[in-house]
Amino acid sequence: MSTDTQFDLWEVFIQSKSGLPYMHAGSVHASDNKMALQNARDIYTRRGEGTSIWVMPSKYIVASNPDDNDMLFDPANDKAYRHPTFYTMPEGAKNI
Amino acid sequence: MHNEHSDTHFQLRIDNGEHIEAKDYMPENYRKHLIRQMSQHAHSEVIGMQPEGNWITRAPSLRAKQILLAKIQDEGGHGLYLYSAVETLGVSRSELIEQLQSGKAKYSSIFNYPALNWADIGAIGWLVDGAAIVNQVSLQRTSYGPYSRGMVRICKEESFHQRQGYEIMAKMMAGTKDQQAMAQDAMNRWWWPSLMMFGPHDTNSPHSSDAVKWKIKRETNDELRQKFIDKTIPQAELIGLVVPDKNIKLDDNTGHYTISEINWDEFNRVISGHGPCNKQRIDHHIKYHNEGEWVREAAIAFKKKHTKKELETV
Repeated sequence: MSTDTQFDLWEVFIQSKSGLPYMHAGSVHASDNKMALQNARDIYTRRGEGTSIWVMPSKYIVASNPDDNDMLFDPANDKAYRHPTFYTMPEGAKNI
Repeated sequence: MHNEHSDTHFQLRIDNGEHIEAKDYMPENYRKHLIRQMSQHAHSEVIGMQPEGNWITRAPSLRAKQILLAKIQDEGGHGLYLYSAVETLGVSRSELIEQLQSGKAKYSSIFNYPALNWADIGAIGWLVDGAAIVNQVSLQRTSYGPYSRGMVRICKEESFHQRQGYEIMAKMMAGTKDQQAMAQDAMNRWWWPSLMMFGPHDTNSPHSSDAVKWKIKRETNDELRQKFIDKTIPQAELIGLVVPDKNIKLDDNTGHYTISEINWDEFNRVISGHGPCNKQRIDHHIKYHNEGEWVREAAIAFKKKHTKKELETV
């Protein structure tokens, strides 16, 4: 039987400089974690784009559904007390 | 917000300049258009490795060889960025490869022309990559998020491609009479096919209007072609190359060059499979895909062995 597989899909995250957050760069196909890391390196960091790479199988990513956005990301404007400007500071208060 | 699954709401988001992401609602024809355009783009990057790959072993210096290798590796990478972006729309890589190999999916007709000598490598980098860049810079603002992000990444890498090509042409034009003649010959053969890369005129482009309405395309074929013409003609003249078109004229009022009519019969012939290298390109792709089978088998066997070991040590 022919093995015309394209392997599993992996997502690639790259940290461009130490201290910065890891950003999603794209995806690669690979049969195992070693190949995934090697492919991610070869495809996404040929010009010093990163100092560190994470790869993870795409099937383990759980994503929110855009239909739920209103509910999930309700800015809760009625909860103004979550913002520092809600509070009245006594006249003359400094460094606060 | 009401009825987020309606085409009206979708168009509203587009008109507001929002990006569409993989899980967002999109009209079926938007998805179809993207799959066709993006996969065509991915296939072009990959098939585009062939005319240049032909010259790796014959590059005139070690410097030229290193550069060409790096450029071709980039093209492969660009193909992969694009394939992974298309896959977010729910098509598998195997389906995409199958569509390419069966001829169902197209790729840029330019890659059906042969690279006959070293000057062709210069002309491909300067003109073909140059035309591709004009298109890709515009596509950085395309409405589909994964496509747009891929384009940003590609554009960062692509400008070296065009510069290395122009450097080859400039060097040859500063060289012997024979070298100048080779460069001019390559210019003559690649100029018109490069202009055809932008596709048919707007008045004759079957998919254009929806693509513009949905902001998949941000500029039309003719607008992009004109940008390329305007910046390329002065580059040719600077190094002494003659553009193979007797009717070229700079319109002082508009600041744009006008050119002769493009030979659309040739364009249609090549795109429908009758260019000089159509069959060769696909045969080559199939051959190497099949010859790579043992590598895929080995990778799967390796994975199985390791999964088994991991389970045993738990």
